[in-house]
Amino acid sequence: MQADPRPQDGATPVLSLRGIVKTFPGVRALGGVRLDLFPGQVTALIGENGAGKSTIVKVLTGIHQPDEGEILMDGQPVHFPTAQAAGHAGVTAIHQETVLFDDMTVAENIFIGHAPRTRWGLIDRRAMRERARAILHGIGADLNPATRLRDLGIASKHLVAIARALSIDARVVIMDEPTAALSHKEIAELYGLVEKLKAQGKAILFISHKFDEIFRIADRWTVFRDGQFVGEGAMADVTEGQLVQMMVGRSVDQIYPKRPARIGEPVLTVAGYCHPTEFSDITFTLRRGEILGFYGLIGAGRSEVMQALFGITRPSKGACRIDDGIRVIRSTAQAVEAGIVYVPEDRGRQGAVKGLPIFQNVTLPSLSRTGRHGFLRLAEEFKLAREYTRRLDLRAASLDQDVGLLSGGNQQKVVIAKWLATKPRIIILDEPTKGIDIGSKAAVHDFMSELAAEGLAVIMVSSEIPEVLGMSDRVIVMREGRIAAEFEGEAMTPENLVRAAAGIGQPQGKAA
Amino acid sequence: MSTALRHSERQIPDRLTRPAARALKSWESLLAIVAIGIFVLNAWASPYFLDPWNLSDASFNFTEKAMIAFAMAMLIIAGEIDLSVGAIIALASTVMGVAMTAGAPTPVLVLLGLGTGLACGAFNGMLVARFGLPSIVVTIGTMSLFRGISYIILGDGAFTGYPDSFAWFGQGYVFWVITVELVIFTLAALVFGVLLHRTSFGRTVYAIGNNSVAARFSGIRVDRVRFILFLLTGLMSGIAAICLTSRLGSTRPSIASGFELEVVTIVVLGGVSILGGSGSIVGVVLAALVMGLVTFGLGLLNVPGIVMSVVVGALLIAVIAVPRLWAMARAKSRKR
Ligand SMILES: Nc1ncnc2c1ncn2[C@@H]1O[C@H](COP(=O)(O)OP(=O)(O)OP(=O)(O)O)[C@@H](O)[C@H]1O
Ligand SMILES: [Mg+2]
Repeated sequence: MQADPRPQDGATPVLSLRGIVKTFPGVRALGGVRLDLFPGQVTALIGENGAGKSTIVKVLTGIHQPDEGEILMDGQPVHFPTAQAAGHAGVTAIHQETVLFDDMTVAENIFIGHAPRTRWGLIDRRAMRERARAILHGIGADLNPATRLRDLGIASKHLVAIARALSIDARVVIMDEPTAALSHKEIAELYGLVEKLKAQGKAILFISHKFDEIFRIADRWTVFRDGQFVGEGAMADVTEGQLVQMMVGRSVDQIYPKRPARIGEPVLTVAGYCHPTEFSDITFTLRRGEILGFYGLIGAGRSEVMQALFGITRPSKGACRIDDGIRVIRSTAQAVEAGIVYVPEDRGRQGAVKGLPIFQNVTLPSLSRTGRHGFLRLAEEFKLAREYTRRLDLRAASLDQDVGLLSGGNQQKVVIAKWLATKPRIIILDEPTKGIDIGSKAAVHDFMSELAAEGLAVIMVSSEIPEVLGMSDRVIVMREGRIAAEFEGEAMTPENLVRAAAGIGQPQGKAA
Repeated sequence: MSTALRHSERQIPDRLTRPAARALKSWESLLAIVAIGIFVLNAWASPYFLDPWNLSDASFNFTEKAMIAFAMAMLIIAGEIDLSVGAIIALASTVMGVAMTAGAPTPVLVLLGLGTGLACGAFNGMLVARFGLPSIVVTIGTMSLFRGISYIILGDGAFTGYPDSFAWFGQGYVFWVITVELVIFTLAALVFGVLLHRTSFGRTVYAIGNNSVAARFSGIRVDRVRFILFLLTGLMSGIAAICLTSRLGSTRPSIASGFELEVVTIVVLGGVSILGGSGSIVGVVLAALVMGLVTFGLGLLNVPGIVMSVVVGALLIAVIAVPRLWAMARAKSRKR
C-alpha cells in the first residue's frame, strides 16, 4: 500500500522527518520513521495506542530529542533543542495531554511566554485579553479571557490549549487528538478552523482515532505501527478497511458488539437531584443489564451529575435509591462500597495516579480484595492486573512501569481496568473510549456488553454519537443541566440526539 | 469475535528489572556507602570512636529525632508536613512536668506524654483534613501555639526532679551497650517500615502523595488517611518527648527547639521527595545514621557547636540539591 509520497500538484514538503529513532527504557517508541507535511494539506497520522504518534509530535516540538534521524525544514536540516526553538521555527502543537496553569486566567494561559507588550515592555493586559477573545471566538469558544482555568471543565480547558497553539504564528500546526475531549458543536467549529488554516497554506498534522473525521478533513495519510513507518498516500486512494488493516495488521469488526441483554429490575433510581449551579431536577432509573447512554453538549452537566452519584459533590436536593434502600452517598469510598464506580473524563487529573506503577493503579480500589488483613499481597495484585490489562489489550513495557509513561490511550485502559477489577454492580463510564484506538475500542465495547449481559448496570456518558447509539439500550439527552429528552428503540437517531442536545424544535421522542 | 483472538497475543511482563537490581542503583545504597565512609573516616580520625560505649552514647544524637522522622516521612510522602513536632515535645514535656510536680507516678507520666502527643496530632490533623487548610501554615501556627503554652506555664523556670524509674527511658540500657532508646528506634523503624511498605494503608499514602485527586476518585478516604498520619506524628513526638525529658531529667520550655528542621533534614536526606509521592523507611534509617555519625564525628574532633550548626545547615541544603542532581545524572545516563 505504498502510494506516491508526493501530492498531485507536486509540491515539496515544508517539513520532513527521516529515519527518526527514539528509545525509552524498555521500549523502542520510534524505530526509524519518516513523515512529510505539505503546505495547505492536512496529513492524518494513524496508528494504534502506543504506536509512537505522540512521541513524534514531541520530537517535532523540541520536547524529545531523537536518538537518530533528521528533521528537514524546506529541505534544510534543523534542530529543535527546546520547545521555544520549535516555536520560532514555526511549528506549533496542540498536545494530547495539555499542560496548562490552573491558577492563571484563560488569556494568560494562551499567551504565556509570548504575551503582547506595551511600549514600556510590560505585559499589555488589554491587548492580551482582546487577542485572546478574538482567537477563542475564531474557534467558536465563548470563554471569558479573564476566567481562571481552575473554574473550567476539561473540554473548555482543551479549547484554551487549542487557542494557545493558534496564538503562535506557525507554518506547521500539529493536532494530537484535538477532538477527543469535544462534542459535535465544538468539533464542527474545529473542522472549520482546519479548513481556514489550510487555505492559509499551513501544513497540518492531524492525529485521530476517529475514521469519519479523518476521511472528512485529511488530504493525506501516514500509518505507524509499533514505532515503524507502514505507509503513506492520498486519502482519495484508500479505504477505511485498508487503513485499519495497515494499522493493526488485521481487520477489525466495527459493528458495535451490543448483545441483547436481559434487562432486569431497577438498581438505581435517582429522584429530583439538584445542584446549586450545575444541574437541576435529574430523575431517572437504571436497570440491571442495561446500558444507559447520556448524550449532550459540553457544559450540559453530565459529568457533574455522575460525580454527584459517585460522592464527589453532594446534591443540594433529591435522593437516590440503590436496590431498595435509600442511600446518601457522601464519599467515593461509600460509593465504591455500594458498588457504584466511576471512570472519570479527566484521566490525567482524576483517573491515573502518575508516579505509581500500572499494577498498583489497577489494584488501588481493590486492595482489600488482593490483600489480607490490611497487608499487601503482590502476587495477587499482579494476577488481578494481568487479567484485566490483558482483557483491555494494554500495551506497556511491564506492569511495573509508571502509568505516566504510557501513551494516552493506554493510560485510559488502565483506568478502565482499575474499575472493572472491582467487580462493580453499577459502572459509570464518562467518555470511556476517549483516545482509544479502533481495535481496543472494540475490546472495551465487547467487555462492556459482556458485563451488561452478566447483570452489570452501565451508564455511559459519551459525546460520540455512533458510540452512544451503538451501545445504549436507552439514551438520555441533557441540556443546560436538565434532562432534555429520553429516547428508546426507533427514536434513537443521530438527528434526534443532536436536536435535543441543541434544543432545536420538538424532537419526536418523549420529552422528559 | 476478533478481539478474543487478540487477548493471548501479547503478554506484558510483571517487571523488567528485579527489585534487587533496582535497589542497587537507588539513593538508599548511595546513603549506605556514605554511612560506611563516614564511619571509617571517624574511626581513622579519632581513636575514641570505636569504643562501644562511645558509640552507644552517640546514638542519642539521632534516636529521638529519627523516631519522629519515620512518621514525618509518611506525612511528607503523602504531600503534607508537620513543623510543630518540636513544640509538641515541649508541650508534652511540660504536661508531664506539671503532673510530676503534683506527684504523679511514672506510668501516669508516660500516658500523659503519649496522650499530649496524640492530642496535638489530632488538632493538627483536624485543621488540615477537616477544614482543608494547608499543613505548612497550620503547623507553623501550632508550632508557636504549643510552645507558647509551655512558656506560659513555665516562664523562666524548669521542672526537675523526675522519679528515678522515669529515667529508664532516656538513660537505661536493655543489655550491655544497647540503650532503651535504641530499642525503641529499632522497633519504630520496623513498625513504620511494615506500615508503609507492606500494608494497604501505606499504598494509599503513596497514591495520595502522587495524585490526591485521583486517589479520592479511586475511593480512598483521603482525609481520614491524612488525619491518621498527623496522629501518628503526634504520637511519635510524644514518645520522643518521654525519651528526651527522661534523658535530660528536666523540662524547660526551650526543650527540643529546632527539632523540626533536623527531623525534616533526616527525612529529605533519606531520599523522601519533599514534593511527596516517593521515599522509603530504609532511606530514613540510613539518613539518621549518617546524621548521627556526622554530628558525633565533629564532636570527637572538638569542632565547636557553631561550626557544627553550619555543617548541619550545609547538609540540609546539600540533601535538597543532591537528589536533584542525582536524578538528572541518572536521566542523562539513561538517554545514552
Ligand atoms: N517518557 C517515556 N518514557 C518511557 N516510555 C515512553 C515515554 N513516552 C512514551 N513512551 C512509550 O512509547 C510508546 C509510544 O507512545 P506514544 O505516546 O507516542 O503513543 P501514541 O501513538 O501517541 O498512542 P495513543 O494513541 O495512545 O496516544 C509507548 O509504548 C509508550 O509507553
Ligand atoms: Mg498519543
